[in-house]
Amino acid sequence: MPKRTDIHKILIIGSGPIIISQACEFDYSGAQAVKALKEEGYEVVLINSNPATIMTDPGLADRTYIEPITPEYLVKVIERERPDAILPTLGGQTALNTAIKVAETGALEKYNVEMLAANIDVIRKAEGREEFRDAMEKIGLNVPKSFIVHTIEDAMDAGDKIGFPVIVRPSFTLGGTGGGVAYNRQELREMCTGGLDLSMTTEIMLERSLLGWKEYELEVVRDRKDNVVIICSIENIDAMGVHTGDSITVAPQQTLSDVEYQELRDASIAIIREIGVETGGSNVQFAVNPEDGEIMVIEMNPRVSRSSALASKATGFPIAKIAAKLAVGYTLDELKNDITQETYAAFEPTIDYCVVKIPRWTFEKFPETEDFLTTAMKSVGETMAMGRTFKEAFQKALRSLEIGRMGFGFDGKDAMDALHQDDLEQGLNVPNSKRFFFLFEAMQRGMSIERMYELSKIDPWYLRSMQQIVDMGKNIEQRGFSGLDAEFLRTAKQNGFSDVQLGHMTGTSEDDIRQLRKQHAVLPVYKQVDTCAAEFESYTPYYYSCYDQENESLPSDRKKIIILGGGPNRIGQGIEFDYCCVHASFALEEIGVESVMVNSNPETVSTDYDTSDRLYFEPLTREDVLNIIELEKPDGVIVQFGGQTPLNLAVTLDKAGVQIVGTSPDAIDRAEDRKRFQQLLQKLGLKQPENGTVSTVDEALKAVERIGYPVVMRPSYVLGGRDMKIVYNEEGLRTFMALPSIVGSEHPVLLDRFLKDAVEVDVDAVSDGKMTVIGGIMEHIEEAGIHSGDSACVLPPHTLSDDMIAEITRATKAMAGELGVIGLMNVQYAVKNEELYILEVNPRASRTVPFVSKATGVPLAKLATKVMMGISLEELGFTKEVAISHWAVKEAVFPFDRFENVDTC
Amino acid sequence: MKALIALEDGTVLIGRSFTGAGEAVGEIVFNTSMSGYQEVLTDPSYTGQLVTMTYPLIGNYGVNDEDMESASVHPRAFLMREYQDVPSNFRATGTLAEFLKKFGVLGVDGFDTRMLTRIIRNHGAMKAIISTEDLDEASLVQRAKDWPGLVGRDMVARVTTKAPYNWVNNAPVAGAGFDTGFAEDTAKYKVVAYDFGVKYNQLRILKEKGCAVHVVPATTSAEDVLALNPDGIFLSNGPGDPAGVDGVVENIRKLLGKKPIFGICLGHQILGLAYGASTYKLKFGHRGGNQPVKDLLTGKVEITSQNHGFCVDQDNLPDKVEMTHVNLNDGSLEGMRHTEFPAFSVQYHPEHAPGPHDAIYLFDRFLELMA
Repeated sequence: MPKRTDIHKILIIGSGPIIISQACEFDYSGAQAVKALKEEGYEVVLINSNPATIMTDPGLADRTYIEPITPEYLVKVIERERPDAILPTLGGQTALNTAIKVAETGALEKYNVEMLAANIDVIRKAEGREEFRDAMEKIGLNVPKSFIVHTIEDAMDAGDKIGFPVIVRPSFTLGGTGGGVAYNRQELREMCTGGLDLSMTTEIMLERSLLGWKEYELEVVRDRKDNVVIICSIENIDAMGVHTGDSITVAPQQTLSDVEYQELRDASIAIIREIGVETGGSNVQFAVNPEDGEIMVIEMNPRVSRSSALASKATGFPIAKIAAKLAVGYTLDELKNDITQETYAAFEPTIDYCVVKIPRWTFEKFPETEDFLTTAMKSVGETMAMGRTFKEAFQKALRSLEIGRMGFGFDGKDAMDALHQDDLEQGLNVPNSKRFFFLFEAMQRGMSIERMYELSKIDPWYLRSMQQIVDMGKNIEQRGFSGLDAEFLRTAKQNGFSDVQLGHMTGTSEDDIRQLRKQHAVLPVYKQVDTCAAEFESYTPYYYSCYDQENESLPSDRKKIIILGGGPNRIGQGIEFDYCCVHASFALEEIGVESVMVNSNPETVSTDYDTSDRLYFEPLTREDVLNIIELEKPDGVIVQFGGQTPLNLAVTLDKAGVQIVGTSPDAIDRAEDRKRFQQLLQKLGLKQPENGTVSTVDEALKAVERIGYPVVMRPSYVLGGRDMKIVYNEEGLRTFMALPSIVGSEHPVLLDRFLKDAVEVDVDAVSDGKMTVIGGIMEHIEEAGIHSGDSACVLPPHTLSDDMIAEITRATKAMAGELGVIGLMNVQYAVKNEELYILEVNPRASRTVPFVSKATGVPLAKLATKVMMGISLEELGFTKEVAISHWAVKEAVFPFDRFENVDTC
Repeated sequence: MKALIALEDGTVLIGRSFTGAGEAVGEIVFNTSMSGYQEVLTDPSYTGQLVTMTYPLIGNYGVNDEDMESASVHPRAFLMREYQDVPSNFRATGTLAEFLKKFGVLGVDGFDTRMLTRIIRNHGAMKAIISTEDLDEASLVQRAKDWPGLVGRDMVARVTTKAPYNWVNNAPVAGAGFDTGFAEDTAKYKVVAYDFGVKYNQLRILKEKGCAVHVVPATTSAEDVLALNPDGIFLSNGPGDPAGVDGVVENIRKLLGKKPIFGICLGHQILGLAYGASTYKLKFGHRGGNQPVKDLLTGKVEITSQNHGFCVDQDNLPDKVEMTHVNLNDGSLEGMRHTEFPAFSVQYHPEHAPGPHDAIYLFDRFLELMA
């Protein structure tokens, strides 16, 4: 069936602000869908309140409404646009829930709008706990024994009937918000009280606990002719009881025989048919009893999801893009497989590598929250790595995580020697964000696989693979540097060991190992991600590294630039930076330069194989990046768009002789180094709040005598205000200096006078080295001291005097000129009593760039990219600040509902 | 133990044997299934071949007594990127290495299997030799070249059953005539299955669907088969070149129109030859569990399990034979039927094992034909 011609205008619903369990993967799927439908000639209208998205870029959809995704606004957009159809399955749970509510108002019938992909009955059947359970029973599949309750009393009754522990799942919530495992009646009462509040329908399901069962996910795609294919199977390393978003996951599944796997496949197909998802992707989750293979269906999401984004990146099959085309009537056998260009989308990808995803948590930012994982998702980002063995992929994923670890132990950062055995066992038994390092310690101590399994319920296959890494590490330590012959070194690399680990284990350095590898010609090769395990020739330059024999990545001789992405999302570094990287890629295309993207975050648009000319899905470490640079030999590397991750690599890459385009690494250092920065300000006659740099409590006390309380205290060299505190007295100061992260750090602590009642101002500017143009001046609504990422802001400023705005403009241009900024710069100011204070200068893209770009219509990141390529602002026609005639307001969204015991006011 | 893999085009790869010393010569092919290695190994269609799995990690769930597609292992060597020696699965009864050793099959890992796959994709399935004994590269390449290959050779004679048997209680039971294994009145249909290298799951499914199954050697005469008075005749899969199989096509031709016939894989190719069609060798064949096939009657796509190196030529099908299924990847013929006689066949494996279950409906079509 070809595409439908009875519909012309389609409204796509986005997912709104980034929240835990609904992050930039929906920008990835939304952007794909918009492009796919435009390509087919449909008029596409989009609603999404998040300006930091590629999908809301001008020129992508025909019309974009940056409006809240609520029934009220959605109806207004429908009223105004009169689309023929709406597509609700690409914007996560938010889009789905909003679509249901709008459908219930009768607005769709009133305006004669068709809901594509899944109608309201389908969504209800999949999402309503009771409806789903009945549907599964109808097709002969098992679901865990459960009860739907609407009151606390019923909940307590049901708990007694099921037996403890009991899983609590509120209906129609996202990422399992409000859910958890209740081990007794008291816990059940507490959870249900919260859960009933959170559920859209004041409904909770209590179900039999399957703790210790293995967990699997299948990504299913169906078309109008009822053709169904499985795109990817995913196995959770963490057993049931941990939300899949918080689980380390592996693709494809590893520990089921074909007989057992096909049972899951059959069940998935039966489920998508019974639920009635007409077209598009769904995600089905199963639990499998490791003792006898008994299968339980856990849930089904009738829409694209985080897992489908992961599956797309893991296999090369673009689920969202295909889902969009299926929604308008195509069938799978009519759509070409982009990657092979010869074959069709009606097939099941087969892969010849192993994929490991590890979530990135952020418990360190919320010390009041206990670090344990349960059925409500707590991670804020994730990273993915590919390797030819599980060990290789696992170690690559660990170093992609950017938590300072360079693999599975053996990097000099293991500090669990003194850990009491009971605490170690507890660390294995209760799922938590550091469990793999507890496992490492247990293996170091010689704990048996059986005991580790008993405690962690992690399948022995994974434990053994990890044990093999540990055994190999010990072997490397014994051999020492001189024992690293070519063959052994290659084996070590094939097991995923980084040069840093090998240097640490042999008492040498990363560079020594790198040199040795070159001597022995132990170099990485790059394999293509091709959906078909090399059965067909493929044309998409999407690569991962390994230490096998044949290299498939053949660089072009075009002029080219490598863009380093931002790695896993974390608080302080998210979609905004990915947005900038993607714009850099688009800008390079506009000026005919080849773009080469390096990133490790599967949720992003930057890791869509469509975004750049070439894509390397690799960890953003010095070693991995240098390897790519040595192969590609780019004309330059862009480090200023991906946030702190690539910026941290700037100096080391510069030293290695890599051409960093744009602002020089020295200028970056000048802005980051306190002393050098002070000298710069003095030279320009600009003011900073009184401040000091200290290493001890005594020094701190002395400094504060000069500065006066309150002071803002923070460690140097960290991003996003981690560990930043406002301290009002000596007691607070001493507490801060005694924090483990401060005591253990080699970096000094920074003290700044806290300017009470000051107004904070954020400025984004672009400079070509000669001329600087301000992109936007934003005034914070909260007082200074609230991190700029947590603050709401208004553009243009609403309380600042014209003189002050002139002063801010002057200061910004002066600093850009003095630093020699080429590209983007962000400055944070405080204004108090008509005095301007410089808080911070970042010669790089900031979190506010997408907001400013959307509010003013000026594509700052693209301009900056072109400037870095040597085109002047004058040539680009951007020489004057843009005055806007409206107000734009940005508000932050907080995840406090996921972090218990953290103050939310 | 070091093992060399030498191809007739001169390529030599260095791997590691995990089953001890040995040597194997054969046609080197690749299979893209991510699971189901035990079924692959016990599929008689792989006779004479050296099978490389493109999925790198093999052995994860061990082997068991249930997932046997025949009584023994048929490839001469089994190759993968990283063998997993310690299985984790509740059904596992042993390791893959033990299993291979038991059947004297060489297991090799530790080399770039994707590189090998790309070579095969570009140059076609090749003659190859693997050895832990002869480590002289030139000698190995020469020996690979000297091996006669599979084209025109009768591999069926090596795997077909010597004597007829019945499929009873999920196992072969020797016998000259039908032992239905059912109380006399419950077997809906009696099926004679020609064993060209049959996979047990074909017999299991026929049995499950209520058929009494009597398996006969490949060269059993048409007269002997008709003397059993079956309701239908099943032609199994099997190894090698259909054109090389001796003394079979003639018998099948004699059966056309006499009884409903259903053929799978080699059985389908032999049926094609019996119709008067011709076969040819594919460049590197279809081996895996993700091949999309379109049913031309319904327009629907099924994901199929496949294992074949030869194919029925769709360009000169005889009159009264029509194509019913097509491979979406390369447009090759995947199924056909006779418009006059009750006979149909598919190139792929509706009995799966390993692979998706999408095509199991074809057994029902056979049952309908017998009704």
